[in-house]
Amino acid sequence: MSAADAVSERVPLRLRLARRGIDGVTLLVAPSILFVLALFIYPFLYGLALSFAPKEGGWLANYEKFFSDPFFYDTIWKTLRLAVPVTVINVLLSIPIALRVRTMRHQRILTTILVLPITLGTVLVADGLLTYLGPRGWLNRLLLDSGLSASPVHLVHNYWGVLLALIVSIFPFTFLLTLSSLTGIDPSLEGAASTLGATPRARFWNILLPLLAPGLAINFCLSFVQAFSVFPSAVLLGDPAGTTRVISIAAYTAAFEQYDYPLASAIAIIMGLVQLVIVAAVLSSRGFFYRGSAVAAKG
Amino acid sequence: MSSVSRDFRRLRFDRVSRQFGSLAALREVSLEVARGEFIALLGPSGCGKTTALNCLAGLLPLTGGGIWLDDVRIDRLKPEVRGFGMVFQNYALFPHMSVRRNVGFGLKMQKRGRAEIAQKVEAALALVRLSDQGDKLPGQLSGGQQQRVAIARAIVIEPPLVLMDEPLSNLDAKLRLEMRAEIRRIHDQVGSTTVYVTHDQDEAVSLADRIVVMQGGTVRQVGPPDELYARPAHADVAEFMGYRNLLPARVLSSDAAGARISIGDAELTGTVIETLTSDAALAALRPDDLMPHADGPLAATVAAVEYRGRGFFGTAHTATGTELFFRSDAKVEPGEALRLGADPARVLIYAGPP
Amino acid sequence: MERDQPVGARLWAIAVWGTVGFFILNLLAVIASVVVNSFGTRWFNTWLPAGFTTRWYVAAWEEFQLDQVLIVTLEVVAAVVVLSALFGVPAAYALARRDFPGKRLVMLLFLLPLMVPPITFGIPLATVLYRVGLAGSLSGVIVANLVPTVPFVILVMIPFVEQIDPRVEAAARVFGAGTWRLFTNILVPLLAPGILAALLLVLVRTIAMFELTFFTSGPTSQTLVVALYYAVSAAGIRSGQSIDAMAVIYMVTTLIWLLIALRFVNPTQIVGRART
Repeated sequence: MSAADAVSERVPLRLRLARRGIDGVTLLVAPSILFVLALFIYPFLYGLALSFAPKEGGWLANYEKFFSDPFFYDTIWKTLRLAVPVTVINVLLSIPIALRVRTMRHQRILTTILVLPITLGTVLVADGLLTYLGPRGWLNRLLLDSGLSASPVHLVHNYWGVLLALIVSIFPFTFLLTLSSLTGIDPSLEGAASTLGATPRARFWNILLPLLAPGLAINFCLSFVQAFSVFPSAVLLGDPAGTTRVISIAAYTAAFEQYDYPLASAIAIIMGLVQLVIVAAVLSSRGFFYRGSAVAAKG
Repeated sequence: MSSVSRDFRRLRFDRVSRQFGSLAALREVSLEVARGEFIALLGPSGCGKTTALNCLAGLLPLTGGGIWLDDVRIDRLKPEVRGFGMVFQNYALFPHMSVRRNVGFGLKMQKRGRAEIAQKVEAALALVRLSDQGDKLPGQLSGGQQQRVAIARAIVIEPPLVLMDEPLSNLDAKLRLEMRAEIRRIHDQVGSTTVYVTHDQDEAVSLADRIVVMQGGTVRQVGPPDELYARPAHADVAEFMGYRNLLPARVLSSDAAGARISIGDAELTGTVIETLTSDAALAALRPDDLMPHADGPLAATVAAVEYRGRGFFGTAHTATGTELFFRSDAKVEPGEALRLGADPARVLIYAGPP
Repeated sequence: MERDQPVGARLWAIAVWGTVGFFILNLLAVIASVVVNSFGTRWFNTWLPAGFTTRWYVAAWEEFQLDQVLIVTLEVVAAVVVLSALFGVPAAYALARRDFPGKRLVMLLFLLPLMVPPITFGIPLATVLYRVGLAGSLSGVIVANLVPTVPFVILVMIPFVEQIDPRVEAAARVFGAGTWRLFTNILVPLLAPGILAALLLVLVRTIAMFELTFFTSGPTSQTLVVALYYAVSAAGIRSGQSIDAMAVIYMVTTLIWLLIALRFVNPTQIVGRART
């Protein structure tokens, strides 16, 4: 036995752990880890297991039920019909607006106003739109009085109300993310491009957009995931039994009206999978773009 | 695409001013640059040199005055039509483009043909000695290499003016010296006109044909390096050019040959540079010019000494507490009493604060 | 860069600002219509109600048992704020100061509840809580709301802890402070602004948190936003004026805390991206 072996045998466990970064202080994170494991990870696993233990039928019965009954599988399409346009509109709109706003002096006022829908929440936005867009609400009154429309425009209790509610609720989030990506791009890059003869348009397509693309992809995913989870807007402002019967409504109904927890878990799993597929598709297309730092490399 | 031709005769700043709110970054700066010159804008932080360069590039609009290239007024033009090449302090290389695409970017904006771009890019890369790095991304290059790419990118478009904003400040000392020589070599080889911003007087003195010393948004002195080195026009310029001794003095007498001044108890002879309005003066001396002499006028006690390889550099205090920076060939010890003196031609006298 | 702009660029600028203005105008109009509706006498076919009254607020207070609802909301929010601080601040300290094997996995673990929307984990969470009998009660609601807020506090606090020079702590230890003393005498005072910011954000987010409370609450443990939802969904075609009165009470509650929070934090941090 060499001298080194003799020494390592005598090093207490406490010291060896400390060398690897584990000591009393590190353990402070343990309660939070346990909490998240117990109340976030475990419910997912429990739900996954439960989805394979239906009230009746074989272990895949819940999934078969979902994909064989249009009342169920149509919910995926109905949700995508809302989530995809909302996200695309939000991301596309956020770019030119962020480009303008980043040079603004009083950005804080604008961002404060924009943060309002997020703070107030989807329920209040839905309730507000119900009044505002309703047949006797101000918007219709304006359209009728100004002659832009002959009869009231139907924007509530259908697809359009939910679409508008989602845009109002999620656009601020998308916008703030785009703005933060944009301000993360080193401004001297645009200065350099302009001295080399690039017009503002050329600067956008050659410099800004390629450097923005990875952030936009992540932005798309985060905004999409929010839009796909639409729930109170679809119920309050939409047509929850028909055109806006989104997948979260199906899960909710199964869990809290039919008390069929296995089915509800299956629907929640399917919901997660659809989101995962789309997110993975968007993120894998990132590979075509530059993914490194958007700061000019320094010496 | 550039509306400015390369064959200009002179660049002119005509009372250029730039105000940022209540801060005047440039105050009526006037200056002329002839084609082919290498001009350095030299000064401490905040003197306005970078602002002047950015105004010249078109990245900042003027709040007063104008910039002219021969008879063409250029300060109203957008940067993308001025066609000047610029090397930024942080290089500003496009991180998502290869070296080749970075260097060729300006030519692409000019809508040149692919073959022409490829040929010019190769020539530029050869000039900066980076021919084999063409396909790398900026993040994969060292600081010195990135700087050379930035230079190549600026000169490949054959601009009438090349602007450089402290391009060497991010490099280590050895690399800085090497790249300094490269920059001058490229300037001479290409025959360009260069406006170079720096806060390092060594750099300015070694690179430039003429130096423009700036302070507080104004031009303090313009001249060739030897003139600025030996005869700075004002006390603040002298201080910046390395005259570390700036001693308050009283003028005793003055005539065509020189002036007699007193510093504390000592009396010295010096050369008047600035017109004196009272008997208050400042005497500027380079440490190199102040040396121990048996009958030197300034009596002082050595405070600290440093060995500099080719001599000793020290600080000493007079009986009245004035601090002096001097040079000595022979070794001196802290605590030693000395007499220091200087050649009157090297004692420069400026008007002092009233 | 500031430059004179040609016509094309001017038109584009107008279009962009026009869209922003349109969005904000409509947003404010939506809020205004709720407020006006809550104060109006019965009105039907006109722009503004004929008269104004506060009777809808009284009606809402009684009809929706707002006194009880507000107390529940207060209890839930207070508990969530305190508990997420107790869990999250020490955890943030540990993560900022120690590097251990598996740390990246732990960071991902804390990131997930913030990136996954509440519905997606809310239903499985509610299922589990029902199975253990916690659902339908105040404790269930509090536990459910803690799931996103504990990671949120951690992610917000880590940069604040990193800003404190570790040598200050080392000095304290050299002078004999144990971990507990270190926390109470040195760290908490230094971290106070960060903790305040984080907790205010948690407060605002929890008041507005709908899905989690909705899935786990019972009739006596509804927060204001859930009570509002039930009222609106039961109403049918048009939101009754007493419902809008409740909506205004909810809005005022949220906005007061938002304004307080904004004195200490940047609006963008409410969005909850730790990258700020």
